[in-house]
Amino acid sequence: MKNLFLGMMLLVVTLSVQAQTKKNKNAKYTIEVNGNCEQCQNRIQKAAFSVSGVKMASWDIDSHKLNVTINEEKTSIKAVEVAIAKVGHDTKELKASKESYAKLPGCCQYDRW
Amino acid sequence: MKKQISILLLSLLCVFVSYSQDTLKVVKVVSKSKGLQKSSKITANTTLVTSKELLKAACCNLAESFETNPSIDVNFSDALTGTKQIKMLGLTSPYLMIDEENIPSVRGASQAYGLSFTPGTWIESIQITKGAGSVVNGYESISGQINTELIKPINNIPFFLNAYGSSDSRFELNTHFNAKLSDKWSSALFVHGNARTAKKDMNDDGFLDNPLAKQVNILNRYQYYNAEKGWVSFINFRYMNDKKQTGETDFDPNKDKGTTNFWGSEINTERFDVSSKVGYVFKDMPYQSFGFQNAFNSHNQDSYYGLNQYNIKQTSFYSNLIFNSIINNTMHKFATGLNFTYDKYQEFVNVNDYSRIDNSIGAFFEYTYDNDSNFSLVAGGRVDNHNRLGTFFTPRLHIRYNPWEKATLRVSAGRGKRSANIFAENQSLFASSRTFDVLNTSGKIYGLDPEIAWNYGLSFNQKFRLFGRNSDLGFDFYKTDFTKQVVVDLYTAPAIPGTHQVLFYNLNGKSFANSLQIDFNVELVKHLDIRTAYKYYDIQTDYLSGKSERPLQAKHRFFANLGYETHITDKGKQWKFDFTYNWMGQQKLPETASNPVEDRLPVYSPSYSLMNFQITRTFSSTFEMYFGGENVGNYKQEKAILGSENPFGSTFDASIVYAPVFGQMYYAGLRFKIK
Repeated sequence: MKNLFLGMMLLVVTLSVQAQTKKNKNAKYTIEVNGNCEQCQNRIQKAAFSVSGVKMASWDIDSHKLNVTINEEKTSIKAVEVAIAKVGHDTKELKASKESYAKLPGCCQYDRW
Repeated sequence: MKKQISILLLSLLCVFVSYSQDTLKVVKVVSKSKGLQKSSKITANTTLVTSKELLKAACCNLAESFETNPSIDVNFSDALTGTKQIKMLGLTSPYLMIDEENIPSVRGASQAYGLSFTPGTWIESIQITKGAGSVVNGYESISGQINTELIKPINNIPFFLNAYGSSDSRFELNTHFNAKLSDKWSSALFVHGNARTAKKDMNDDGFLDNPLAKQVNILNRYQYYNAEKGWVSFINFRYMNDKKQTGETDFDPNKDKGTTNFWGSEINTERFDVSSKVGYVFKDMPYQSFGFQNAFNSHNQDSYYGLNQYNIKQTSFYSNLIFNSIINNTMHKFATGLNFTYDKYQEFVNVNDYSRIDNSIGAFFEYTYDNDSNFSLVAGGRVDNHNRLGTFFTPRLHIRYNPWEKATLRVSAGRGKRSANIFAENQSLFASSRTFDVLNTSGKIYGLDPEIAWNYGLSFNQKFRLFGRNSDLGFDFYKTDFTKQVVVDLYTAPAIPGTHQVLFYNLNGKSFANSLQIDFNVELVKHLDIRTAYKYYDIQTDYLSGKSERPLQAKHRFFANLGYETHITDKGKQWKFDFTYNWMGQQKLPETASNPVEDRLPVYSPSYSLMNFQITRTFSSTFEMYFGGENVGNYKQEKAILGSENPFGSTFDASIVYAPVFGQMYYAGLRFKIK
């Protein structure tokens, strides 16, 4: 049992090492980001672009989907989500702080509990 | 664990709630697509003319596609050839860059008639950019760029037929065939023929109002598209043969050519084009691509105007390599690349040989910043080396800013440089008794220097709701400042009284063109759109005889276009009505004071208006008919040809045309499609 656990650990480590050595310069992600309007679109895209290593970012008003292309040698999707949450927009993985949510312009005050 | 699940559920619910709210909030309004589109997000002052708009003026070729568009003025170039000449910001087409699918098309030898060599039905859309334009396609454009996109084989219908006939006995037939050759290759064949068969002299001056004409024009294009791999390619083959005969109604070319029995003219042009394009979009990087374009063409015009012989053959090769990518992210884009141009001119004016070879090589870099909301900037520069123009730098800049909602402010500046093809561009003057005199000898182009101009522009547009309807109001102001220009002088009186001349010389002093356009567009009631524009032109040049406004240019113009459409019924039936009104203020005319009284023209032409209309009946999505009229007010220029009684005499001049020669004209046609 212990061996199995170790083995799995080893596997995870090797996988992550492999992932590290083979980082994608044009990694595509689609994540959900909360927002409502064109103003939010500008805010979300601007926040994404503020992360160095983000090459492309476009948020769709209707589907709430943000398509990003990032250089994984420089950044991660997590960093993008952090930047977006920082300006008040929730992603599925990360919620914005109450303070930054409160600072959102009226149109962008998406429903949230 | 439970807490986590509940949070997850909550957030899921939250997403759902916001979703359902959105579906409630977003009511998608499917409005009818506009014929003229002007996006508030585009950096340059560009209007897109869609195929829908092109149908509003059914006749007949690219030169005539701008009648419903206020940015471009359509004029007649002379009283004989029926050629329409376009102007932008008050400057004639040599100062515009006219491209076909981003390959320069109307230039050099084709300057006078080139626009009539692209049939209207082949055109998918036209982009019209006012002002300096982009550096990607070249350095020649000064007052604007016109790029025509032809119908693409990949999304074309299998068969299209258009037949047209008019009361001035012009007939046109257009047939398009399209075939999908494989899942990646498609091909299209466009065949165009037109003819004017009957001699008409409505103003009884003994001269044909429009030439007898015949044109065969064939385009065969192949398109390759591989979305998986990111490759796109086009290969085009084109052949055109155009024959025109004009002059006195009794003129018979077989008997009277080269004699003074009757005055006559023939203009025969044969053209052959081959072009290719290859484009590649990098995998996983939609913002990075390269394109490689090559075009070869041979343009051969044999012509005579009375006793003036004019032959020009231009053999050209054009090549353009372009690479597009980003700096850090898609807010910062760039395009860079190389151009190569080779032109061999074999040009003969009577017995004088002006044959020459021009070539140029250039490199360009254009940077685009777009903050994805209210600001964008395009800054470009290019360096070219040309065997006659030397080595020079061409900067261009465009800025767009949306200061508040629905408002667009644009600024542009740029430089253009070109060599004036004085004979090809001023061919209409051959139809006169004028002698051609070039006063300079030291320059490299007919003894003249290259033309250099700076263009600056400012435009503003505000969209708003007026009585609940979409409307917009805006203005454009442009200034073109020539630092060097080849002046075409029709004012300076000749040394020997009773003779006539046209002088060409390097500008000594100032020359500028200021233009102001004010637009107001509104949807009056549902489906009834009105476009209005007032245009003011102040174009002045220092001539040898003193400062004067440019001849044959109205200072004030007014334009209005009304379009009405009924609802499309289930079976696709629809009526479309279109009406265009143009008012032209007085225009200064070339010098005629030294003529005998009966052959004198006033200093200024009278002002006049023109009205065109068209009615289209769509019977189904595959069949429609149209009927229309041009110049229905029947305005005709008095004395279109000076000295027409004695065409080999010293006062003869068919080039002073400020208004239509032919009166009202009615036409009808049909369009049939197999989808």
